Amino acid sequence: MDTDTINLETLQPGETGTIAALHTDRALSYRLAALGFRVGKRVEVIRHGRFSGPLHVRIGATDIMLRRKEAQKIEVKALA
Amino acid sequence: MKRIALVGMPNTGKSTFFNRATGASARVGNWPGITVDLLGAKLLLAGEMVELVDLPGIYDLHGFSDDEQVVRHFLENNPVDLVVIILNATQIDRQLSLALQIKQLCLPAVLLLNMADEAKKFGITVEAGKMSNALGMPVVLLSAKYGNGYQDAHQVIAQGIQHSTPVPPEKLQVLLAADDQIETDMEAVLKRTVQMPVQLSDNLTTRLDRLLLHPWLGLPLFFLIMYLLFQAIFLLGKPLQDGVGWVLEAFKQGALEPMLAGLPAALHGLLIEGIYNGVGTVATFVPIIILFFLFMALVEDSGYLSRAAFLMDALMARLGLDGRSFVMLLLGFGCNVPALMGTRVMRSRALRLLTMLVIPFSLCSARLQVFVFITAAIFSPKAAPLVLFSLYLFSFAAAFTTALLFKNRFRNNEPFILELPPYRFPTLRQMILRGWHEVRHFLSRASKFIIAGVVLVWLLTHFPQGAAPGSDATWAGMIGHFMEPLLSPIGINQQLAIALIFGFVAKEIVVGSLAVIYGLEGTALTGIMAQQLDWVQAYSFMLFTLIYTPCLSTIATIRSESKSLAFTLFSVAFPLGLAWLLSFAFYQAARALGY
Repeated sequence: MDTDTINLETLQPGETGTIAALHTDRALSYRLAALGFRVGKRVEVIRHGRFSGPLHVRIGATDIMLRRKEAQKIEVKALA
Repeated sequence: MKRIALVGMPNTGKSTFFNRATGASARVGNWPGITVDLLGAKLLLAGEMVELVDLPGIYDLHGFSDDEQVVRHFLENNPVDLVVIILNATQIDRQLSLALQIKQLCLPAVLLLNMADEAKKFGITVEAGKMSNALGMPVVLLSAKYGNGYQDAHQVIAQGIQHSTPVPPEKLQVLLAADDQIETDMEAVLKRTVQMPVQLSDNLTTRLDRLLLHPWLGLPLFFLIMYLLFQAIFLLGKPLQDGVGWVLEAFKQGALEPMLAGLPAALHGLLIEGIYNGVGTVATFVPIIILFFLFMALVEDSGYLSRAAFLMDALMARLGLDGRSFVMLLLGFGCNVPALMGTRVMRSRALRLLTMLVIPFSLCSARLQVFVFITAAIFSPKAAPLVLFSLYLFSFAAAFTTALLFKNRFRNNEPFILELPPYRFPTLRQMILRGWHEVRHFLSRASKFIIAGVVLVWLLTHFPQGAAPGSDATWAGMIGHFMEPLLSPIGINQQLAIALIFGFVAKEIVVGSLAVIYGLEGTALTGIMAQQLDWVQAYSFMLFTLIYTPCLSTIATIRSESKSLAFTLFSVAFPLGLAWLLSFAFYQAARALGY
């Protein structure tokens, strides 16, 4: 990973990032792409679930939940 | 006959459109993946009968999960004259890829942008004419839920089907292989035709989520909402149930008895005490079941189920399941069969099997009838709701414990990603359709299982000839006697044992067969049961009924969905053992404590 990018899980609620890379296998990449996860897209973290629960994120007009394990595979560039 | 296929991403309103177009009643809900099977209906279009097929929602045509495979296989093996693509207008920025995939396959298609009403509220404007030119297919803005734009849709579909030439399925198989071009095409079309606000306005869904997904209040609120819904069902349902009971009794006394008075005693008994009392006792529960499903439809359509998945995922992950498994357990409260079929959206077989193993513990509406009946007979009106609630807790506990016991045998690391759709209100029409659907479902079960079941129970409790009805000398008495060593340690008497055996076929029969076994109905039936059973026996019986073998339809579904006889046998045997152990522990402990 580049030094100025972090993984999506590290992004705090209320923060926004730009997707830099997806480190996922083929099947998961397809599903993520269909849900709007593409390089260059802005993703906002809405909330974190309790007890290491899933993340609630927003891309464009779509709200999506995903587990932290999957979020770790998504590399983002944090926006100020 | 010409064939039209409905294709779209999950939760875009394909089934709502399908129902409106054909008058059918496919199940709809605000939950991605509610349609998991092919559903076809015929409709008259421009003076010609055509077949409309509702396909499960898919994210793209590269099938990885079972539901995506269903769509792909269908398109690869059946000639389609027209593809009707339904996309959610508010999410057009990502969903358009599916339309381009279809276009790349050279399939004749029309594009319907559904939820145009919602898109408008979000400030999204789509220029349908321009998009139509860019895509080379007709584009119509639509609200399938309210019926707006439906005329236009009907027209372009009728025109489309008249001028279409189907693509041979073999050609599709080749074309499905390559589609890297789509991404760039999509960006180009979107840039030219759609204006979207960068950040969505602070809308109702966001505000509701702030409360309902609150870090500390979210889960307590979830259980409170569920509890209040059940309270409301019984508050509204009880007077209706009493009303139906009164009408059935009046009809029997006033019309049926005088009419059948001339018949031989045995036939008279079979008709009145067997079929009429048996089916009638089950029928009094129809109002509660309808209410139950109306409320269920409300929850399903609202979009709250996805939130339940979000709230419960952390716990479910520790049980080797995920948020979807929990939602399937909730859907199982209605009926286990569609919940089992809903597991098709899971890709990992291990996760699917583990979820299918726990779904039958879901206290379905048929079991609910048994419990409402028995709690009303044995427990005080004040205690009854708490007793029912405790059975729901046992239902969850049995499911969670089972998952915990077997999670290592069904190990999976399936990623869990789910859309959280905006909150929506179902229309009155949708709710009435759903209620009507359940009445029909009940009538079809009643005409098959329930009548056959109560007739059989009546025969068993009245034969061989000469035996006093319900006595030890009848066949039922002999079966009960035979089962006694197994069932008396858990406090289940002979009459209940017969009811349990038939409950294996369908749980509704339990209530009907109790009416037949005791030869009574209404308050007389509940009266005699209160005399013969104490609360410890009754509760032990309910625990056993809750957990033991799922009904025959459920077993058949497990068999067809798992495609494994060994798994099916296991999913019958394990709950049976668990039910016995739990009832034994409860019954013996309660007796030891002096109750």
